[in-house]
Amino acid sequence: MLKIQKLHIGIFAFFIISFPFVISRIPALGNYTNIMVFAGIYTIITIGLSLFIGYAGQISLGHAAFFGIGAYTSGILTARFGINPWMCLIIGIFIVSVIAFLVGAPSLKLKGHYLAMATLAFGIIVYIIFNQELEYTGGPDGMTGIPGLSLFALKLNSVEKYYFFVWGIVFAAFLFTINLIQSRTGRALRAIHASEAAASAMGINVPRFKLIVFIYSAILASLAGSLYAHYINFINPSSFDLFFAIKLLIMIALGGMHSIWGAIVGAVLITFLNYEWLHFFKEFEVIIYGAILLLVTIFLPDGLVGIPGIIKKFVKRKL
Amino acid sequence: MKEELKENILEVENLAMVFGGLTALTDTKFQLKKGTIKAIIGPNGAGKTTLYNIITGFLSPTRGNVWFKGQKISNLKPHEIAIRGISRSFQTIELFDNMTVLENVMVGCHSRIKMSFFASGMGFGTVKKKEEQIRSRALDVLKFIGLSDKYNEMADSLPLGEQKYLEIGRALASDPELICLDEPAAGLNETETHIASSLIKAIKEKGVTVLLVEHDMKVVMNISDEILVLNNGQVIAEGSPEEIQNNPSVIKAYLGDVTQHA
Ligand SMILES: Nc1ncnc2c1ncn2[C@@H]1O[C@H](COP(=O)(O)OP(=O)(O)O)[C@@H](O)[C@H]1O
Ligand SMILES: [Mg+2]
Repeated sequence: MLKIQKLHIGIFAFFIISFPFVISRIPALGNYTNIMVFAGIYTIITIGLSLFIGYAGQISLGHAAFFGIGAYTSGILTARFGINPWMCLIIGIFIVSVIAFLVGAPSLKLKGHYLAMATLAFGIIVYIIFNQELEYTGGPDGMTGIPGLSLFALKLNSVEKYYFFVWGIVFAAFLFTINLIQSRTGRALRAIHASEAAASAMGINVPRFKLIVFIYSAILASLAGSLYAHYINFINPSSFDLFFAIKLLIMIALGGMHSIWGAIVGAVLITFLNYEWLHFFKEFEVIIYGAILLLVTIFLPDGLVGIPGIIKKFVKRKL
Repeated sequence: MKEELKENILEVENLAMVFGGLTALTDTKFQLKKGTIKAIIGPNGAGKTTLYNIITGFLSPTRGNVWFKGQKISNLKPHEIAIRGISRSFQTIELFDNMTVLENVMVGCHSRIKMSFFASGMGFGTVKKKEEQIRSRALDVLKFIGLSDKYNEMADSLPLGEQKYLEIGRALASDPELICLDEPAAGLNETETHIASSLIKAIKEKGVTVLLVEHDMKVVMNISDEILVLNNGQVIAEGSPEEIQNNPSVIKAYLGDVTQHA
């Protein structure tokens, strides 16, 4: 199983590395590398979210808020206070960890709809704060003047450079999460998903494990938020609203939430729909998302990455 | 007094459990000698599962205490009790049906071989070594319960009998000192019941103390050292299998029914 995994990872890495070079030769697709930067940023969120939702069996509508807190921490501290961007990124992670702890400790005792409601309420409150704190966030108009990133002497000032930087981080988050899944921690999470009673009878501290993955996924969202802010140099609350929280869920549902590969596939596809392919539909865009979610939950409970399995089963039955 | 503490691995002291208006247990007390099998029998609704839920920390008793190896455990959480060495199976099968047979047992090792979140994510060499340890331990358990060749099948694809053995195996993987089995032979055919029964005997031979809730009287009478009879949340008799078989109030409350069925 591990060998197959390695082959897939190799193909994935090859695809990511060659993508910008291929795209740069096709003028019609000129914007695709730029879109892939956003896809990478969203993938960082969905990797953590799929661990929390797909593996541990929890639900969150609050990760748009963690994404936003990371983005605004970086935005405000760099643009308004002139603090070093890397420092801000770490401060953002720290703030988000504390908030995730405070939000998660009481609300992770809730299950299903109640947990969804609690995290939804958290997301809405944060969204309101982004809108209301004019002095710092710039309110609904947002804030500009967020500087770009440099990696030591190397300024990440082109789409291609940022692309490799972001996907490097995606790759690290991906490997870390895959390792987790294949270890005691991953088994504990899946055990919690299947039966909390049996999990705790096996000595698993259920509340603690839930809280740890909640914080882990929030940290990844915050990191993604900082990368987002430094890439587009401008942020406003609408990037972190409830619709985005739902889009994150659609991403992992479409890709397949029982696999970290699904997190990548879903984030990339939805990002392309969002930034490129759905413009044609204008305000009907939201209906497309609804239809995707509906169709996937009914016909593809394991998402797109579940399709090979379905085909295998089908072929086996025919033989 | 001291001798007694050493000998008794578990002491249940005047337990009472009230659910709203319903009294599931009243003044239940008993002691469990280390290394023995004690069966708890009684009609449906007698309070057997409730007693297990208290012992393993899933319920906190309305009154009374549970002592394990001289330590009070009735205020602890389930995972804390599991770590201290009490393991259990469930009456309604609670296997992790999103995992293979082997992985189920590997989860059972959770409390014995530890690794940090960060170390697991980084995939350090020590983690790989520990994962190997967990795996080989789980494989040993599978051999013990006779499911070695099914290690890679999904837990929920097994027939009922094997699911029941797997529940026992998963509970054993944590290397417990006391194991509480809740109707391990329920729904099993004669052959499967026989296997379950020998399995429980083998567990005792490993030196693990066993609490056994079971309706199959043949199993109970054959393998138990002592039997406790619960009826309507009260202990109505306690003694050796012979004593219980000849106890008039037990026959009236419980055994009478069963002999009719059999
Ligand atoms: N969590 C609970 N809430 C309310 N009533 C319960 C609960 N658990 C058990 N009971 C009740 O307590 C009584 C004893 O149940 P139980 O311990 O499951 O019996 P047994 O395992 O001996 O068949 C039953 O009347 C049952 O309905
Ligand atoms: Mg019961």
